[in-house]
Amino acid sequence: MSPESAGYRDAGITAVLDYGAGNLTSVENALRHLGARFRTTNDPALLADAEGVIFPGVGEAAASMAVLEKTGLGEGLRSFLATGRKVLGICIGCQVIFDRSEERDTTCLGLVPGAVRRFTRGAGLKVPHMGWNAMHFTRAHPVFVGIPQDTRFYFVHSYYPDPVDPEMIAAVTEYGITFPSCIARGNLVAFQCHVEKSGPFGLKLLSNFLAWDGTWAEAPARAAAHA
Amino acid sequence: MLEKRVIVCLDVKDGRTTKGIRFKDNVDVGDPVAMAQAYYEQGVDELVFYDITASAERRAIRIDTVRRVAENIFIPFSVGGGISTVEEMREVLLAGAEKVSVNSAAVRKPDIIAGGAALYGSQCIVLGMDVARDSAKPSGYEVVIDGGRTRTGLDCLDWARKAESLGAGEIVLNSIDADGTRDGYELTVTRLVSRAVGIPVVASGGAGKPEHLVSVFKDAGADAALIASMVHYGEWTVGGIKDHLIRSGIHVRTA
Repeated sequence: MSPESAGYRDAGITAVLDYGAGNLTSVENALRHLGARFRTTNDPALLADAEGVIFPGVGEAAASMAVLEKTGLGEGLRSFLATGRKVLGICIGCQVIFDRSEERDTTCLGLVPGAVRRFTRGAGLKVPHMGWNAMHFTRAHPVFVGIPQDTRFYFVHSYYPDPVDPEMIAAVTEYGITFPSCIARGNLVAFQCHVEKSGPFGLKLLSNFLAWDGTWAEAPARAAAHA
Repeated sequence: MLEKRVIVCLDVKDGRTTKGIRFKDNVDVGDPVAMAQAYYEQGVDELVFYDITASAERRAIRIDTVRRVAENIFIPFSVGGGISTVEEMREVLLAGAEKVSVNSAAVRKPDIIAGGAALYGSQCIVLGMDVARDSAKPSGYEVVIDGGRTRTGLDCLDWARKAESLGAGEIVLNSIDADGTRDGYELTVTRLVSRAVGIPVVASGGAGKPEHLVSVFKDAGADAALIASMVHYGEWTVGGIKDHLIRSGIHVRTA
């Protein structure tokens, strides 16, 4: 992979939201490795000049929501999305965008209609779902370019997103059930897996996000092929 | 479906790896970062750094190593070895490790598991558990600490269940009896622990050839297998082991 050719070296700055959910070191290291211009911030005012926002996180929904409300980052993210600029959610950042989470029955940001549900233990199914699993693309998306169908990404989570509108599901993963592992709508794309810890293909996906113009032709659902 | 994980363990002392390593080409065989990079390129799924530094500067040295690994390796890795406070956990996680593992300290003070899980989430708290055969215990295995020097009187299944209830997100189960033998993992205890808990179990100790990983995945239900000398001495690569696993019908990630 060649970050130099990715077309974002001269692009604007990417804001990484710091809302106290786990550590952001991994995302920062990956962005640095890719040569991206970025700034980590907990100040919604500092999103004003950003070209895109990365909304990462490891942690717990209720604690995350509390900080998002206290800092104003939740409202900041809502306003930012409304401008049409691109947003990448990762893990908890792919969960608190929904209406609510079953994790401590938490009311979330409500940016995407739907809920976040817990995996049910049993039949040999361990929770958390921890390890490498296939992302099966169900839609084509600019951030998937160059990533083969069913590439393995790293997951660590006990809850999964469940959007009301199935058209927003861009990739699915099997773990006892088939759950949505990528949510896409217009300028928002969100992954349940940790793209920043998913080896060279994870870096490729991040690089694609940095190069993305934030638009997505919402073609009808079809099997995507990116070999 | 979820892949079985192959994890390489590196023992680090004073910021250098401690085992003789036979890498080809330009890898600095004592530099944990260079070795981690080599295993990353071979397609390892995860790395474990076990820090056996004894000096007063251990925390600063450890953080420096973790930071350098995190800047270069874009897969999950965990750090263990003598971690006994949530403050030490925080340092390691902030430096870029995905997970932190506790072993002897958790037996002495189980609250560290609950404390760590409450602050950082269960997914990053790993219980390292060393066990030795003991027919007097209900399960047949006793928990030992301090590198196997101290017996605890704890039955391994009681401790595994307790650690899970306190918030551990994963168990690395190391058999003292099998460790270093290269005769294969201790399948019985791996199967027992794997069935007793609902969190992932990583088998450790005894791997000498790929067939050993096949057995521990197929016959003992391990979610992941830890290897060290198999790859450190240049006998196998991670890719070579994974090819063998795939031919044996085990689902693993190919790089």
